[in-house]
Amino acid sequence: MTSQDNPEKDQGKRIGVYVCHCGTNIAGTVDVEDVRDWALEKLGDRGVVISRDYKFMCSSLGQELIEKDIQEEKLDRVVVAACSPHLHEKTFRTACSKAGLNPYLCELVSIREQVSWVHSDKVAATAKAKAVLSGGVERVIHHQPLDPLHVPIQPATLVVGGGIAGIQAALEIADSGFPVYMVEREPSIGGHMAQFDKTFPTLDCAACILTPKMVDVGSHNNITLLTWSEVVRVEGYVGNFTVTIKKKPRYVDEELCTGCGICVEKCPKKVIDEVFEAGLGYRKAVYTPFPQSVPKFPVIDYENCTYFQKGTCKACEKFCPTGAIDFNQKEEFITIQVGNIILATGYDLFDGRRVTQYGYGRLANVYTSLEFERLSNAAGPTNGDIVLRDGVTHPASVGIIHCVGSRDRNYNNYCSVICCMQGLKFAHLVKERTGATVYNFYIDMRTAYKAYDEFYQRVLEEGTLFVRGKVAEVTDAARLPGEEGKLIIQTEDTLVGKQRRIPVDMVILSIGLEPRADSREVAKLFGISCSSDGWFTEKHPKLDPVATMTEGIFIAGAAQGPKDIPTSVSQGAAAAARVLGRIQQGEIELEPVRATIDESRCSGCRICNNLCPFNAILFHSDRMVSEINPALCQGCGTCVAACPAGAISGTVFSNEQILSQIEGLLLLNVAPMGGTG
Amino acid sequence: MSEVFEPVIIGFTCNWCSYRAADLAGTARIKYPPNVRLIRLMCSGRLDPTFVFKALSSGADGVLITGCHPGECHYIEQNYKALRRYLLIRRTLKQMGIEPGRVKLVWASAAEGVRLAEEITILVEEIRQLGPLDWPGKITGKGQVAFLEESPAKEAVV
Repeated sequence: MTSQDNPEKDQGKRIGVYVCHCGTNIAGTVDVEDVRDWALEKLGDRGVVISRDYKFMCSSLGQELIEKDIQEEKLDRVVVAACSPHLHEKTFRTACSKAGLNPYLCELVSIREQVSWVHSDKVAATAKAKAVLSGGVERVIHHQPLDPLHVPIQPATLVVGGGIAGIQAALEIADSGFPVYMVEREPSIGGHMAQFDKTFPTLDCAACILTPKMVDVGSHNNITLLTWSEVVRVEGYVGNFTVTIKKKPRYVDEELCTGCGICVEKCPKKVIDEVFEAGLGYRKAVYTPFPQSVPKFPVIDYENCTYFQKGTCKACEKFCPTGAIDFNQKEEFITIQVGNIILATGYDLFDGRRVTQYGYGRLANVYTSLEFERLSNAAGPTNGDIVLRDGVTHPASVGIIHCVGSRDRNYNNYCSVICCMQGLKFAHLVKERTGATVYNFYIDMRTAYKAYDEFYQRVLEEGTLFVRGKVAEVTDAARLPGEEGKLIIQTEDTLVGKQRRIPVDMVILSIGLEPRADSREVAKLFGISCSSDGWFTEKHPKLDPVATMTEGIFIAGAAQGPKDIPTSVSQGAAAAARVLGRIQQGEIELEPVRATIDESRCSGCRICNNLCPFNAILFHSDRMVSEINPALCQGCGTCVAACPAGAISGTVFSNEQILSQIEGLLLLNVAPMGGTG
Repeated sequence: MSEVFEPVIIGFTCNWCSYRAADLAGTARIKYPPNVRLIRLMCSGRLDPTFVFKALSSGADGVLITGCHPGECHYIEQNYKALRRYLLIRRTLKQMGIEPGRVKLVWASAAEGVRLAEEITILVEEIRQLGPLDWPGKITGKGQVAFLEESPAKEAVV
């Protein structure tokens, strides 16, 4: 309930101040009792009528304290000095509104994150806490009662990215009966998981568990699948996004194609498949990435198609039984309306070539993890036969190097999470299929989560050898007998305290994960932010991992940071749950942080018109005034700061509020020293 | 007057990045000098140059302006407007005979708690070197000129 019982605007304010101890988090550095007494004594002139302290203001007892005072002491403003507003602003606003006070008449000032936790001198910290509190009091005097904005939510959802996280999210929403658009830029959904052979720690085959879900997506009545497509434009706001999607030409008519595959069979042009087969296999110029592709329609690769490059061929067209080949297809732009967006755009693999000393790209038998996945995959280029680059020799010894591109200041500081388990999985597969001697070179073995460490034990018991230490170099320069024709792994063995040279036939680099190369552009397109590494930033690292700072945009899977399949699936489901909650409510409450123009003061100079990044400002040429569309305005306040006539004001962050807060922070109005003017 | 001059600095932060960086500095218990008092804006684009002059005229010795890194603005590109205003503010200060170094612009993402703390530490030291802002008169909240002697934050000056 929101009250409107503040009609007498400039009547003497009755402000309640509440100072939180936060256990010893605040009270350990700030003299809370001193701040409490000071507020009542020095800020009494400013309208402070009550000042209290409490161990934990955010506890229900602390909140009841405020509620009771609002009712019994007729408070019309509340200032809480506690933690960051990003943590508990909502808590205290809710408490106020329970007691019948408009929630926007409550101000939370941070004396924990910005005072007690960052300063150690008690006197200075207490003085700063007083200043911060005084700033809050001066500001709250100018607060106005406000009502939140209500925005209707469109029931459709856009899922960007058709990997396992996106698939899970799309299916959860579609199964609940709501429409989903899934956009995937590759010709088929499936993502990285479709390329894998086995999944750790259970070793069930990736295709066996993934492809049924892909088929569900492809055939679901509630899912519109747009593959070979990219989002090019996002307009609007939560509940009502207008998204423009570019559908790249497939040169195959999806209405007519039956997916029989005759065109692929008849195409005379073979090219190396750099994407799905990681450069180890071939595909045709007209192709589906893999046999279980969803959708089943092939794509003609413009760059490599003989007809497009030389003007003759058209073998596919000749043999297509349904006449589905269409060389004249053009790219199409589709516009859709959605209420929420889930970004599950996945990751890129670290480029093994960057670690030059490991020789990838130079030494033939050094493989990346993805190459090995394809090599060991029964549907891969060698039908699962683990052989060296010559295509016939089985390795007698294999070295698996962990942490390539991860946990290394030269490349990425973070741990890529999956590489330890991936390395163990490879060790098991090599052992099982070739009987080779397998060495794992690791810095630390990180096998957290369910059944992971048991898998490590299993691989240990199978006789895989583990060398703890960072590999210095992989070389083919033999120095010792027995090294000729081998790859020699030069490494430090930190458990033995020695340098070792270990000759092997094959080296597999357990490559780390990196943000998508274009993650920053994608983040910009959707109006969200990235960490300094380039992973999408979640709203809260622990408590809100799938929401973003932008209302209506959610993230799932490895786009948010390196993660394994179970976690990606959980995040996909979590993001879907958040979206479903929104859809079912039908509308969302938004903070009324908006700018408005006082038309009587607007001179029609139009300075603000071009400043707005959301095109929320309209100019009425008949009346020569500008007007702000409250649904489009996001409340950044740039126009407020720019208006030369002071005709624009911003709720929650008005000039009056900010200027008063400056005075408060500088203790200008504190009795009895500086007068009030 | 204490032996070491302790400047008072008002810092403007963006709700989406630098305010969160300040929160992060807190959560990570990174220490920085207590001379900075922060104000939260929704965006650095909200920064009206008046705010800076108001702070300097009301007793602050320096002003810190913070925002999202270029290209990372929550409101697409409003931090560029803050950059333009910052340059304007510096030029204006110079014309008024005030060291432009009293106002500093720092980009800090929500992940850069350490960086923000470092920049604050550097700025406090820089302002300490510049000394108290010898503003000839002060504008109080009601727009009237007050004299230095009456101002609490400036007792030591004059």
